[in-house]
Amino acid sequence: MTLLSNKRLSSIAELDAQRKELLSSRAPSTKSVYVCTGPGCAAKGSPKLYELFREAVSQANVDVEIRAKAVGCHGLCEYGPIVIIEPGDIFYQRVEEPDVAEIFRETVLGGRLVDRLLYEHPATGEKLDTVDKIPFYQVQQRVALAYNGLIDPTEITDYITEGGYSALAKVLSSMTAEEVVSEVEAAGLRGRGGGGFPTARKWRSCREAEGSPKYVICNGDEGDPGAFMDRAIMEGNPHSVIEGMLIGAYAIGSSDGYIYVRNEYPLSVERLKLAIEQAKELGLIGENILGSSFSFDIRINRGGGAFVCGESTALMASLEGRPGEPRAKYVHTVESGLWEKPTNLNNVETWTNVPAIINRGGEWFAGIGTEKSKGTKVFSLVGKVVNTGLVEVPMGITLRQIIDEIGGGIPDGKRFKAVQTGGPSGGCIPAEHLDARVDFDELTKLGSMMGSGGMIVMDEDTCMVRVAKYFTDFLQKESCGKCTPCREGLAQMLYILDRITDGEGQVGDVERLEGLAELMEGTALCALGKTAANPVISTIRYFRDEYDAHIKEKHCPAKECRGLFRYEIDADACKSCGICLQNCPAEAITGEKKVPYVIDQEKCTLCGTCWEKCPFAAVLKV
Amino acid sequence: MAQDDKIIEQIVDRYDADVGMLIPMMQDLQAECGYLPLEQLHSLAKQLSLPLSRLYAVATFYASFHLAPKGAHEVTLCVGTVCYLKGAPKISEAISREFHVETGGTTRDRLFTFQAVNCVGACAVAPVMIVDGKYYNGVTPASALEVLYGLGKNETSVEKDGET
Repeated sequence: MTLLSNKRLSSIAELDAQRKELLSSRAPSTKSVYVCTGPGCAAKGSPKLYELFREAVSQANVDVEIRAKAVGCHGLCEYGPIVIIEPGDIFYQRVEEPDVAEIFRETVLGGRLVDRLLYEHPATGEKLDTVDKIPFYQVQQRVALAYNGLIDPTEITDYITEGGYSALAKVLSSMTAEEVVSEVEAAGLRGRGGGGFPTARKWRSCREAEGSPKYVICNGDEGDPGAFMDRAIMEGNPHSVIEGMLIGAYAIGSSDGYIYVRNEYPLSVERLKLAIEQAKELGLIGENILGSSFSFDIRINRGGGAFVCGESTALMASLEGRPGEPRAKYVHTVESGLWEKPTNLNNVETWTNVPAIINRGGEWFAGIGTEKSKGTKVFSLVGKVVNTGLVEVPMGITLRQIIDEIGGGIPDGKRFKAVQTGGPSGGCIPAEHLDARVDFDELTKLGSMMGSGGMIVMDEDTCMVRVAKYFTDFLQKESCGKCTPCREGLAQMLYILDRITDGEGQVGDVERLEGLAELMEGTALCALGKTAANPVISTIRYFRDEYDAHIKEKHCPAKECRGLFRYEIDADACKSCGICLQNCPAEAITGEKKVPYVIDQEKCTLCGTCWEKCPFAAVLKV
Repeated sequence: MAQDDKIIEQIVDRYDADVGMLIPMMQDLQAECGYLPLEQLHSLAKQLSLPLSRLYAVATFYASFHLAPKGAHEVTLCVGTVCYLKGAPKISEAISREFHVETGGTTRDRLFTFQAVNCVGACAVAPVMIVDGKYYNGVTPASALEVLYGLGKNETSVEKDGET
């Protein structure tokens, strides 16, 4: 924060002046190095790259201004660490420490490309130099992630320079609370946390509810395994979440806000804390914000590592310092939520969309997407897909476009089997529905749901019964135990699934699972329990043959369930090297030089060591 | 003991004795002590005028709280969906087998506490293991064991240095 004098901004004019000053101080010739320090790139060592670039900048003896920035997630995590150079929008992938000096010398100072670090088109092999030429980015449209990758999340000045807090200024200077709600209504924004409830309707109900104080909560308890959209936003652009909450609080008439962040995300907490401090210093949070009569304060709470706390009433119980047990929803939280006061809770991504809607208008936002699902949605595209990463697409795009065009299809020449959306409460969608449009209602029709945005791709080697078992096991461990259908129902389901994958399934087990599912859906207390059977039901719906193969033929078609397939040595591929024989712990392999080896099925314990060790892929699963 | 009381006092003051901030207070206590010692919980309950059972309910409900001391190192294996699909169960089995430790437990020599968590949000580089805050990506059973054996070695070498 070199330019700001850390002075409280006491009016909108002062904020505008500050922004103008920031903009004019940046010379047009400025060169920038953006180093992605999102979760994926950071795990691959990008913070060190950033340090090295900073060193290079400080040692460079040139008369142009050069800045190195540590920025949020760029999305294409598979190819990280990612470094982008401006001007020119040059995209370097898989950058390692020794590359830094070369990038700095050649590209930053010399304006030349370092060919070997460019992204290679997977089909044509052509080297692509800029972000917009890369297929992964071409189908995407960024609203929530618009400034991720452009701004340093630890500097409020970066956010302000890009137009940050101008939506708040607009609201405070020219809109009534009702006008704000109407704008969000016109946008057709629906909750990004999974439920898809219309945001404006929630805001209006809370505004009209009797009682004070009113609370505003940001749900950052991103608990779905395989999902990291909210983490990327909180860590990449924390001020956009805060600005969204400020606008929501103004519309609702609240002066107390909470952000509830998952325990596993310590960096998110750190970034948000810093962002709140900086916003407070400038008077963007606190009393009489920007000289108006509106006051708002935000507190951060860390979760304790309980999945169920992503459920709104459980989250509120946790904020009250109690175990996170949900309560029945017939009393609406907008009327009686936290401390039994009117409470409005939205998810991180929902809040992030709000400033964009205010700045560009509800009509603009509603122009993106389908009839009932407006705007964009961020997905974390992971699993058995070539380009794993974070993607933001307009609603209504097909699953096939996401997986093939953006994701680059399935690696290792394998066949696509299913895509799992919606987290543990979602379902698995098979190949025949890949042309379905991604929006709230379509996914629900297919027996899955939008959820918070995890999208896990599975290939032919994935056993769908095991997938169902994985989620059931997950939910059984995370069930809070308050209501019987969820606590006992999941335990029984897991018991049945265990026996099916152990080869002891009984005829009628599928029907038993369906019965339990119906019971849980109808009688469980909260959304976690009501939807807990979705993974089982959707896999039965689309992959019934796999259940039957396990139960009736005692065979796992994906060859993943131990005991439900055999290992055999392919005589043609075997080079008689002896590696399998040396490694077999059960001495089940016999053979000698120049004669293909053989596995004694009686002795084999199915440990899979021979399959893992064979250098010629001559050990087969059959 | 007076020292211990002071820790609790500071924590309670930090949150203005607001019972709604019980979870953050307990998180701070755990950050201070590495786990939640019973005596400290007694003293926290007293200061907040809450029954000890309230604190116990919270401590046992949330997975991140520990009522027993942890190992010298913290080993966290992600078993979220993607890590699971990409082989986390095999890594977990290998660690349990080699170090005789179940998930959630601590090795007998207190070398490390082994935790399995649901998704750390680094799915793009799965499977992921975190040792004392350092991320290891694309982990295999063999590479995980190598890292953990490294922990043991450093420990002994430090001890040896101390002896000589």
